[in-house]
Amino acid sequence: MPIEQIIYIALLAISVLAFAVSCAERLELITLGAAENRFDAPLKRLQRMLSYAFAQKRVLKRPFGFNHSLLFWGFLLLSLANAEFLIDGLFPGQIAHTLPEGLYRGLAIAFDIVSLVTLVCVGIAVVRRLFFPPDYLGNEYTSARSRESLLILAMIASLMLAFFLLHAAHAALGIHDTTRPVSALLGSGLTGLSVQSLETVALYAWWGHAAILLIFLNLLPRSKHMHILTAIPNTFFANLEKTTLPSPEVFEKGARFGVGSVEQFSWKDLLDSFTCTECGRCQDLCPAYNTGKGLNPRRIVHDIKVNLLKNGPTLKEGQSGSHPLTDTVQGEGTSCVDALWDCTTCGACINVCPVLIEQMPKIIKMRRHLVQEKAEFPSELLTLFENMEQRSNPWGIAPSERSKWSNQLGDRLFDAEQCDILFFVGCAGSFDTRAKQVSVALTTILDQADVRWGILGKDELCCGDSVRRLGNEYVFDQLARQNVELFKSRGVTKIVTACPHCFSTLKNDYRQYGLEIEVLHHSELIAHLVSEGRLKLPQKDQGALLFHDSCYLGRHNDTYEAPRQILQQATGKTPQEFERRGENAFCCGAGGGRMWLEEVSGERINRNRVKEALHQSPDTICVSCPYCMTMMEDGLKDEGDEKVRVKDVAEVVAEALRP
Amino acid sequence: MQVISCLKQVPDTTQVQIDPATNTLVRDGIPFITNPYDTHALEESLRLRDDYGVRAVALSMGPPNAEATLRKACSLGVDDAILLSDRSFGGADTLATSRVLSAAIERLAKQEEVAIVFCGKQTIDGDTAQVGPGIASRLGLHQLTLVDRIERLDLGNKTIRVRRKLEGRYEIVEAPLPVMITVVREINQPRYPTVPMRLAASEREIKVWDNSQLKLDVETIGLKGSPTWVSKIFSPERDQGEIIGDGLNDPEGTTQLLLEKLLSKDLLAV
Ligand code: SF4
Ligand code: SF4
Repeated sequence: MPIEQIIYIALLAISVLAFAVSCAERLELITLGAAENRFDAPLKRLQRMLSYAFAQKRVLKRPFGFNHSLLFWGFLLLSLANAEFLIDGLFPGQIAHTLPEGLYRGLAIAFDIVSLVTLVCVGIAVVRRLFFPPDYLGNEYTSARSRESLLILAMIASLMLAFFLLHAAHAALGIHDTTRPVSALLGSGLTGLSVQSLETVALYAWWGHAAILLIFLNLLPRSKHMHILTAIPNTFFANLEKTTLPSPEVFEKGARFGVGSVEQFSWKDLLDSFTCTECGRCQDLCPAYNTGKGLNPRRIVHDIKVNLLKNGPTLKEGQSGSHPLTDTVQGEGTSCVDALWDCTTCGACINVCPVLIEQMPKIIKMRRHLVQEKAEFPSELLTLFENMEQRSNPWGIAPSERSKWSNQLGDRLFDAEQCDILFFVGCAGSFDTRAKQVSVALTTILDQADVRWGILGKDELCCGDSVRRLGNEYVFDQLARQNVELFKSRGVTKIVTACPHCFSTLKNDYRQYGLEIEVLHHSELIAHLVSEGRLKLPQKDQGALLFHDSCYLGRHNDTYEAPRQILQQATGKTPQEFERRGENAFCCGAGGGRMWLEEVSGERINRNRVKEALHQSPDTICVSCPYCMTMMEDGLKDEGDEKVRVKDVAEVVAEALRP
Repeated sequence: MQVISCLKQVPDTTQVQIDPATNTLVRDGIPFITNPYDTHALEESLRLRDDYGVRAVALSMGPPNAEATLRKACSLGVDDAILLSDRSFGGADTLATSRVLSAAIERLAKQEEVAIVFCGKQTIDGDTAQVGPGIASRLGLHQLTLVDRIERLDLGNKTIRVRRKLEGRYEIVEAPLPVMITVVREINQPRYPTVPMRLAASEREIKVWDNSQLKLDVETIGLKGSPTWVSKIFSPERDQGEIIGDGLNDPEGTTQLLLEKLLSKDLLAV
């Protein structure tokens, strides 16, 4: 055996071993996480994996995504080419002999062309990073021109170049094991060189190729390019529900509540952290980050990874790690607690992540620990939590006042015999002056359509949305149990709410408590009533209406059409749209319990949104949520605008119905 | 050394309604809460426990269901919780109440020296602000009322210096221990129970002392020992307001109407 081959075999063995060791190390770190069942519905998972990983569904949503997708598909094919290269080094010429001639030729042609495409794509990526870096690629801990990303791109490019050089030299030497069009073309440029020089070129190219490949292999698990290995399984294990729910907790002695150290995250959370591609899309959409606050969902994921790597060695020995997961100041591998309170749970991060990382639930898990195990939270929340627990509404108003808004409507208590649908009014609809008007507007619509509705009156409890997102699962658990029990005992089979937070909580979160009934947002119910012909909606021009998507209606529940449709039907005009709308809509700032917190850092989120609204010069901003209502009205006041009004979609419909 | 906080379980007055027919309080189905001022008394005792290593004990006189208040105190971390409950304690006014609480504090003092007795400034149901001072006079403690800050506590030399929050001014007072302190809300922000503490509290023992332990003369306690009693509770008559103008469609006209009304009744300084 020639000495070169022995050296090669030794290098290959060392690299593959080192690669296997780093992968095993990381896998072991991931298995330190808490158990979580992500193995159910394998077919559905497989199908999602195919569409999100292999078909690059989300990657392709952005223009540059096409370049990445070409790289991804190229990479898949070139993995074969590189495997062939490595094996060919072990058993020179064997593969060419073993494979059927046609197949080998076909593959060789494909590898040649794909390598060219890959080289071009890498070139584009380098140019983009160097000369046109989008804002969202960089942040306080990395930049679009980070050494790591450029190094990896350079390595891929050199790999392609070495590949071409090798095959071009072979072509020029006339060693034609098969035809490779690009290499052959390049080879024709080398024919002037002597045989000896060509052989030297081929030799260096071969060793260069081998060296880069083996180094690259070992850089993978130690960089953000780990995603090349984990992204595919990560899309398989991703959450299957439309809205990513926080997992329920069991309130038993000795149990832990929330996540206070990295190994308390589930293994899937840890896998997520190794999968982040640092693409920055979540950061690009996050309302907190975009208004200058400390939170960056990408950084949350990044810090979990860094924390796991730092604490890994001690954790593996069964001891707790010394590097804190959260602290009052941001550190490498340590999230700042203030940042955790910045999250509005708008879901934009989850919705945009190309590799289906679930950022926001990690924030909620850390909030849970702070609230439930340390009782550390912004002081405003103390009153909120006590009001929720003692009077089951955020304002602390007496439960007996809950149905006061409906006093003029007569006795409308829900009775399964007399009513087809429960109107779950919610706390805002019951107590907030402005939202009470929406409750009344909705009831006039329901009455016009002869819907037999009823309310629970003083027995209704807060749905618990805010406390759950704020991490007070203990109080949420009590509210949810009591409400579900109440619905069951009263024989409720269908619910309508005028609040997307109640809507999503009853529809999705309460399933964890065994409630499986139809829950509708009022915009959906009104749209049904119109399409069934039960509600005759006369058209009335109401000026220029601009529709603002609520996060919990839109992104969390995919309801984008119903509110737009009824606005169109009530006014005869398609409503105006925000620049950031639908899936990419910008939050009003009130979700995730932020409604009850002071907004101390950065620009106010609602003002940012109102400014965007004013670009369209609307007469009215239309909302579908009582929190959005408050935030838009406050934002308009802060902007000093006295002309633009804010209306709920139900009010627009009720106005059209007014004789 | 121990510090004691006296807690009262009261009906959540924001939820209490007056029966218009009888003009009495409708207490049915009204949840009970810990008197809000007392939660600050409790918190202050817990802070001293945390800072000085004294024992924090919570006391409450009330019917058996007042146990809930003490259980909450346990979930916040008191070292001991004692319910003073006996049929003969029922119907007590502030005097009779202070006798029972004083007897219990004396009994505790036999086991371990008492440095401070904390009470809320008043309760939200009775609003008398008498029980704390009552305890102080029964037990001969120095009384420091309306305290919004403990300036200095010296357990070695047995002195305390506090700030009292009075109408338009503060007063700094120093006194030798033991003292009875009533607190105002500004003194602290009560802590929130952690879930592990809540779960542990549900298994904690709440001691119950009745009159067989306190051995008070039944003529001096409960209804019998109360020189005052409530003869009637009613809500004052209030004239129904009037809705003027149409604020939605004519905000300016309506403002004008309101101004005229206020001016005509001389309610606005011009
Ligand atoms: S849920 Fe919204 S606010 Fe929270 S981190 Fe994600 S994008 Fe930011
Ligand atoms: S978490 Fe997802 S969206 Fe955010 S940077 Fe990482 S890969 Fe991109």
